Amino acid sequence: MILYLVLVVGLIIAMLAGPYFLGRRRVSRAVNEPYECGIVPVGSAQYRVPIPFYLFAIFFVIFDLEAVFLYAWSVAVKEVGWAGFIEALVFIVILLVALLYLWRMGALDWRTTRQKRDRARVQPR
Amino acid sequence: MNDIGTSAVQSTWLLNVVNVVAILVFVVGSAAFTTWVERRMLGIWQDRYGPNRVGPFGVLQVLADMIKLLWKEDWVPSFADKFVFVVAPTIAMFVVVAAFAVVPVAPGIGVVDLNVGLLFFLAMTSLGVYAVMFGAYASDNKYALLGGLRAAAQMVSYEVFMGLSLMGVVMLTGTFNLREIVHAQEDGWFFIPQFIGMVIFFIAGIAESHRTPFDLPEAEHELTAGFHTEYSGMKFGMFFIGEYVSVLLTAAMMTVLFFGGWLGPTWGFLAYIPPVFWFLLKAGILVLLMILIRGSLPRPRYDQLMAFGWKAMLPLAMVNLLITAVVVLL
Repeated sequence: MILYLVLVVGLIIAMLAGPYFLGRRRVSRAVNEPYECGIVPVGSAQYRVPIPFYLFAIFFVIFDLEAVFLYAWSVAVKEVGWAGFIEALVFIVILLVALLYLWRMGALDWRTTRQKRDRARVQPR
Repeated sequence: MNDIGTSAVQSTWLLNVVNVVAILVFVVGSAAFTTWVERRMLGIWQDRYGPNRVGPFGVLQVLADMIKLLWKEDWVPSFADKFVFVVAPTIAMFVVVAAFAVVPVAPGIGVVDLNVGLLFFLAMTSLGVYAVMFGAYASDNKYALLGGLRAAAQMVSYEVFMGLSLMGVVMLTGTFNLREIVHAQEDGWFFIPQFIGMVIFFIAGIAESHRTPFDLPEAEHELTAGFHTEYSGMKFGMFFIGEYVSVLLTAAMMTVLFFGGWLGPTWGFLAYIPPVFWFLLKAGILVLLMILIRGSLPRPRYDQLMAFGWKAMLPLAMVNLLITAVVVLL
């Protein structure tokens, strides 16, 4: 195992070092500009990020942590029997209700306000 | 007595080294080879040739690509965060190749026999998000940042139920050990009792390796190349190899968990074919299936992708877990 990981790291270092010695270097005017399909970049790349990305990161923390508890249950499902099943059932139902709540809140809806409006126009009611 | 003991120890040690080196070479080599298989098969399915010039049927295309990438300029953008920029492709390649350590290829073939093999696999695939995020952040490029954010949100979303979809198999076997999971399938492969789990895992696996139809992080018509826009040469090659190793990893894990690993038919002359053949056959068919999916499905819109994950797959995975528990307990 350790040998395997060492070999993997060695391979990666070789792959990084190879081009360092083999590749040729070239200097030209546009090399040091960010690639934006040939257009001269305007402004910084450190712009404000749409809020849904943050929301989904939080959902991940919550749901994946809860999934980890289910891992522990599923490996011992025979040992803990029906009593454990009832407890896990309650846990999962709470999870699903939380998910349903987020769904109804519109927290899982990634569409922009404009997309929602356009959709509403196509399908009234 | 003592002599025999030490020689036995030495020979197992040697066997381990051969095992480890062979698996590493095979994994990386076949990942590179898969790039050719994919391009060629896509070509055939789209009624064109694909790469067919270098060597017989173009099989040496991989070698040509490798030579080209090795002789490319080793370029780190002057505006980038240089250290993180180099670390990102390292992580991308390391985590997926390291995850292969727990895959039991056949009896006696496999790097390590971990009791928590399945958890190790899940942990390593989760770390893949860092590669994407670091690469995107370090590039200091608008496309890269947007692609990286998309990739991160998509990967963490699909990761939640990727783990849950596998827990059905864990319930049936009561272990995280992948070798024991394969042995437990001697009476019947798990893709029948765990069909829903298999489908969910397959979808999540494709999404984790962000391939079509889940390749919005690098959707070339809107983001040029997503998180690896600024990467070139071998650093791009490492992201690329990482993606294909991840494809192989998904296929290998599907084989181990749902299609009986190395188990093959036991009747007639078929029983004499070595188990490793069956493993490679099953994994190969699954890889081809993933390529066919890429060749046939369009991309969804990003909000559809996220909605599909959270509103359909996650509840389905939980319900599957409960049903499996009831069946196991009855």
